[in-house]
Amino acid sequence: MSGLFVSDEQVARARSLAQSITDPLFDHIGRHTTVSVERTVLRWFGVDGVGSMGAPLVNLMVDRLKAAGVLGKGAAYWYGRALRMGATSPLDAVERLTAAPLEQLKALPPDEEAKLRDDVRAEAKAAAAELKQRVERRNDLRSEFPMAEAPHKYVIVATGNIFDDVDQARAAAQAGADVIAVIRSTAQSLLDYVPHGATTEGYGGTYATQENFKIMREALDDESKQLRRYVQLTNYSSGLCMSEIAFCAAWERLDMLLNDAMYGILFRDINMRRTFIDQYFSRRICAYAGLIINTGEDNYITTADAYDAAHTVIASQFINECFAKRAGLKDWQLGIGHSYEIDPHRPETLLLELSQAMLVRRCFPDAPLKYMPPTKHKETDIFFSHAYDKLADLVAIWTRQGIQLLGMMTEAMHTPLLSDRYVALKSAAYIHRAARGIDEEFTVREDGKIANRARFVFGKAMELLEECQRDGMVAAIGRGHFGDVKRTETGGKGLDGVLEKSPDYFNPFLDILEGRA
Amino acid sequence: MSHPGSKERQLLRAYGDRRDDGIIQLSFTLPVMASEKAKEAAKVYCQKLGLTDVKVAAVERAADQYTFFVVYARSPVVLDYGEIDVPEIVIKKLGFGELNKLIEEKIARRVVVFGACTGTDTHTVGIDAILNMKGFAGDYGLERYPWFEAFNLGSQVPNAELIRRAKEKNADAILVSQVVTQRDVHKENARSFVEEAKKAGVHGKMTLLFGGPRVDHKLAVELGFDAGFGPGTKPSDVANFVVHQVLQRLGKEAKGTHFEGEPHV
Repeated sequence: MSGLFVSDEQVARARSLAQSITDPLFDHIGRHTTVSVERTVLRWFGVDGVGSMGAPLVNLMVDRLKAAGVLGKGAAYWYGRALRMGATSPLDAVERLTAAPLEQLKALPPDEEAKLRDDVRAEAKAAAAELKQRVERRNDLRSEFPMAEAPHKYVIVATGNIFDDVDQARAAAQAGADVIAVIRSTAQSLLDYVPHGATTEGYGGTYATQENFKIMREALDDESKQLRRYVQLTNYSSGLCMSEIAFCAAWERLDMLLNDAMYGILFRDINMRRTFIDQYFSRRICAYAGLIINTGEDNYITTADAYDAAHTVIASQFINECFAKRAGLKDWQLGIGHSYEIDPHRPETLLLELSQAMLVRRCFPDAPLKYMPPTKHKETDIFFSHAYDKLADLVAIWTRQGIQLLGMMTEAMHTPLLSDRYVALKSAAYIHRAARGIDEEFTVREDGKIANRARFVFGKAMELLEECQRDGMVAAIGRGHFGDVKRTETGGKGLDGVLEKSPDYFNPFLDILEGRA
Repeated sequence: MSHPGSKERQLLRAYGDRRDDGIIQLSFTLPVMASEKAKEAAKVYCQKLGLTDVKVAAVERAADQYTFFVVYARSPVVLDYGEIDVPEIVIKKLGFGELNKLIEEKIARRVVVFGACTGTDTHTVGIDAILNMKGFAGDYGLERYPWFEAFNLGSQVPNAELIRRAKEKNADAILVSQVVTQRDVHKENARSFVEEAKKAGVHGKMTLLFGGPRVDHKLAVELGFDAGFGPGTKPSDVANFVVHQVLQRLGKEAKGTHFEGEPHV
């Protein structure tokens, strides 16, 4: 769709604005770390499990280092010190460190210091290689059992009990689902730790834990073999533990993660400095492990009006893309998010939605894109809702969306019943089958409503990007430009978990992820 | 109230395509493999529901071990419409758009709400579910209402600090959330909040709400709050309550007006 609606130069200009908008944030990201990033480092070294009171060991260790005022050197360094103290296992290392008088520990002689870092670097390299091997296993399974054609049909399960989720996920896969998402328990994003083990109780969803990831991926591996079609698994890397979740997901061979550079700031009131650092490390992990990320711009138009705020989605997508590219993600990994959310009682909504989806496709031609169904204006008249969802299916196939969340006719009532997913999958498969190739048969007239609307939206997106560049991202968020939500730089949760890196900060995983080791 | 015999009997049956045919449609799933036997099971299931002339219209393999059915059948149920009794003077619970419109029209300014987990409690799950944009179970939080101005101060906020901040902004309502209930710490803290509110002169002026998994309306009122909200409360319940309170304080609605979903013992 090169050249459609807007010129290539205009699109390139949007990208260069996004680049300069994110520049100052990368300066901040480079100089700081967070408690969650450091906990991720420890997890990667194999620190797993919980202490006697149920707190994850990585939290105990990082909290101890932070309280002693030494976390700025990096948890990896202290992990190395524990090994030098004779620690024989990750658990032993935690115990030694929490017991040691860290404030009084003197620096080692330079040669020992260098040796410590070399040893830890070697261990990090081995751990990174092990992660790669696990990812390879996933990729082998994908080549053995190829996925169905895009749009990949994405449905959710959300029972609260991982074992019930498995039953529902298998049923959905058998009914034709290509991607299974396990919705998280309400407000997990605000927990500053990752719960541990298999869980059977959740509120509005199931806790994201490493063990739950493992249980579900193994069940879907089995189902993929039965169906001879690979079924993908996704979860949510957002909130205060973005990077830890990204690590757990990568390790347990997930395929996809919701991962947005700004979602937590806007919709969960998580501090922006914290989020910018966490999103970077989490996206580095996603890039390394070949995970597809899904961004959350669709949320903007559930808060703001979808017609009036269409340009904020486009502007944010360029910014999110830039954050992602700067974290090493490739186009094929960018499930840039948008949705079918214009009030259906307006006239010409199919034209408006097509215009928006075509514009997104035109701006991001090589990204899979993630298309969300209507939710905000869904009615409890399930028959109307079903018809409404089918127009979204049509737009999805017309604009070649890579990942499509299927609308559920009972959206306005409850989490989907097993039969709701079945009905959605069967009818979406029909629309996709019926309309495949329609984009090549019809050309959009350049002087028509669709093209004019797309140019108008793109123009307003450019104005917003210009403003973000002039006044800074922080000011733009402060003015409520994204999703009508206003946040301040020092407001929100989790700022106390942000630390300045010491000059001798040590994080061998970051070196590997950034391609320096 | 209806008085027996005071109304004419009006017998009702479901309407399919002619009066009193009693036809209804239903769909459901049985956890068995799709088969002739499954179809028969669906029919028997409907007969056990009391239905007759059962037509199992669709037998769909929803998954290996699940079958989805669409059924049409006749229900013999007859009821007297005259005997249907709906309690009166209940105002309908308003949805997001309607409630915003009501505020715009009748209050004509934004309703200001402050909330926090006060005392030692660090669990913001409850207050976040009510106040944050995202809300809870598909029900938007108060931050998302254009006609509410909601301030969520987070956790471990001293009672006096919450009250001071609310006074500064001339708030209409204060929400106190307590999740931790060990040794009844939530009640003690709630009591001290009410004491502080009395000292600060906001008790009886601002609407004071108490919420949490172990909170109910009775407990909250006993402790000196205007209302209590327990598990399952949606942001829209709180929003409706606060708006009616403001209308009543402004004299724009009779005191003691009842509305759907209001907290009660």
